[in-house]
Amino acid sequence: MNEMFRDKIDISLTVNGEPVEGRVPAGQHLVDFLRGALGLTGAHASCEHGVCGACTIKVNGEAVRGCLMLAAQADGADIWTVEGLSDQGTIKDLQDAFVARNALQCGFCTPGMLVAIDELLGKEGVPSRAEIREHLSGNYCRCTGYEAIVDAVETVARARAQKGAA
Amino acid sequence: MRPFTYERALDPVSAAARAAEVPGARFIAGGTNLIDLMKLEIETPDHLIDVNGTGLDEITVTEDGGLRIGALVSNTDLADHDVVRRDYPVLTRALVAGASGQLRNKATTGGNLLQRTRCPYFYDTAQPCNKRAQGSGCAALSPGAHSRQLGIIGVSDACIAQHPSDMAVALRVLDAVVETMTPAGDIRLIPLKDFHCLPGSTPEKESVLMDGEIITAVYLPPPVGGKQAYHKVRDRASYAFALVSVALIRHPDGSGRVALGGVAPKPWAMDEADAELPNGAKAVMAKLLEGARPTEENAFKIRLAERTLAAMLAGE
Ligand SMILES: Cc1cc2nc3c(=O)[nH]c(=O)nc-3n(C[C@H](O)[C@H](O)[C@H](O)COP(=O)(O)OP(=O)(O)OC[C@H]3O[C@@H](n4cnc5c(N)ncnc54)[C@H](O)[C@@H]3O)c2cc1C
Ligand code: SF4
Ligand code: FES
Ligand code: FES
Repeated sequence: MNEMFRDKIDISLTVNGEPVEGRVPAGQHLVDFLRGALGLTGAHASCEHGVCGACTIKVNGEAVRGCLMLAAQADGADIWTVEGLSDQGTIKDLQDAFVARNALQCGFCTPGMLVAIDELLGKEGVPSRAEIREHLSGNYCRCTGYEAIVDAVETVARARAQKGAA
Repeated sequence: MRPFTYERALDPVSAAARAAEVPGARFIAGGTNLIDLMKLEIETPDHLIDVNGTGLDEITVTEDGGLRIGALVSNTDLADHDVVRRDYPVLTRALVAGASGQLRNKATTGGNLLQRTRCPYFYDTAQPCNKRAQGSGCAALSPGAHSRQLGIIGVSDACIAQHPSDMAVALRVLDAVVETMTPAGDIRLIPLKDFHCLPGSTPEKESVLMDGEIITAVYLPPPVGGKQAYHKVRDRASYAFALVSVALIRHPDGSGRVALGGVAPKPWAMDEADAELPNGAKAVMAKLLEGARPTEENAFKIRLAERTLAAMLAGE
């Protein structure tokens, strides 16, 4: 393999605030790298075709599909997974609201939901229920029927806005 | 997924040159369509050239007052851009009607134009499909096939697939121009209306791009004003591809422009149809969909297109 034709790629990136280096096969998906090499199993590989949202992670501040990105493409990226957001405490109120409102049952979709919601709550203003639904339209949940999830997001968005105003 | 090798390109000139030189090479941008199809082994590149580092991710106002959108600008950033929201609102509306936020964060302007059809038989490698395997036949045209989503005009006996992009329909109504770079380093300007090919007997050829040619930008002409709208009709309210979509620009004097999505292998529009706008939706669609050859299962798209435009005209 010469410089130009690599089937293994060296990457260096930050994951949940920590520097990470790796040598990854060209065909490895980012979600598999995070789960396999780093043991971050919060993001799930489910449909693996960009449909369900279970693999949602944050790359350079944006929520994206971990299953439709190559690990090789993450060189230099700043990545956050549900584990990092949890450890930082930035989504504690959201997690509490999920529990209080029964917004999870089997929990399979929950890590992806939390990361997608974190992106929404980072934007200005309090989102309407319709906006919450639209934002989460790419995250499938087969258990809750979504209503409880929308309730939880709405509660947290309002609480945060009040806190900000106070 | 088949094994492949990978490199990063740092500028469009070398990306195009490498793509022409390396057999089986393909560009990868957001990857949201290509990686999906590689997993299914519908796309089997031997080598990927990652174009995310080529610096084509800026939106700039041009000298004539139009807009130059870099090929790597994400669908999210394009939809959110102040000038786009103010002067080209039909584009923002079409973009946010497509996919989901997490996909739009990665999907790029160039990749969106080149995304492949959502024909269910193209995706099912056990089925014959002329687009995927030349000369194997078209499963969508076999008796009892499901063609509800597929095209009704511009289609051929070899393929009736529709182009799935929402963004491209808005770009068509705005008269956009695609800028490319050839492997020889020449810049080409291709009006969007001439960019996608009709299937004819070669449904595998979907655009006029030559081997290795890279999209560098999309140009919008100076703002034309008018009321702009995008209406997407689909089987559920969100996160589904269009059965029919209509992009509309309408001026106070009743003149304007219309482009249709979900009905053809490319965004579908025609000057003669636009000229009928003062005479109403029926007159427009009579021209625009003249010669349509739907299947039994998707013939409803003709009435649906007419009614969608009528509702938009009435709703102003
Ligand atoms: C679940 C799901 C739902 C979706 N729903 C919608 C929807 O409702 N409406 C809609 O419009 N779209 C929808 N999409 C499609 C999405 O918009 C496209 O996948 C996306 O726009 C492709 O852009 P990309 O940058 O990811 O392209 P890639 O996957 O990186 O590339 C696509 C193709 O373009 C080529 N390419 C990329 N950039 C260039 C360039 N600069 N020059 C030359 N060639 C290039 C690649 O070689 C490849 O052949 C959906 C996708 C998914 C997965
Ligand atoms: S309509 Fe086109 S894409 Fe679909 S099966 Fe027929 S040839 Fe393939
Ligand atoms: S696993 Fe990525 S979207 Fe389903
Ligand atoms: S809680 Fe089971 S899929 Fe959402």
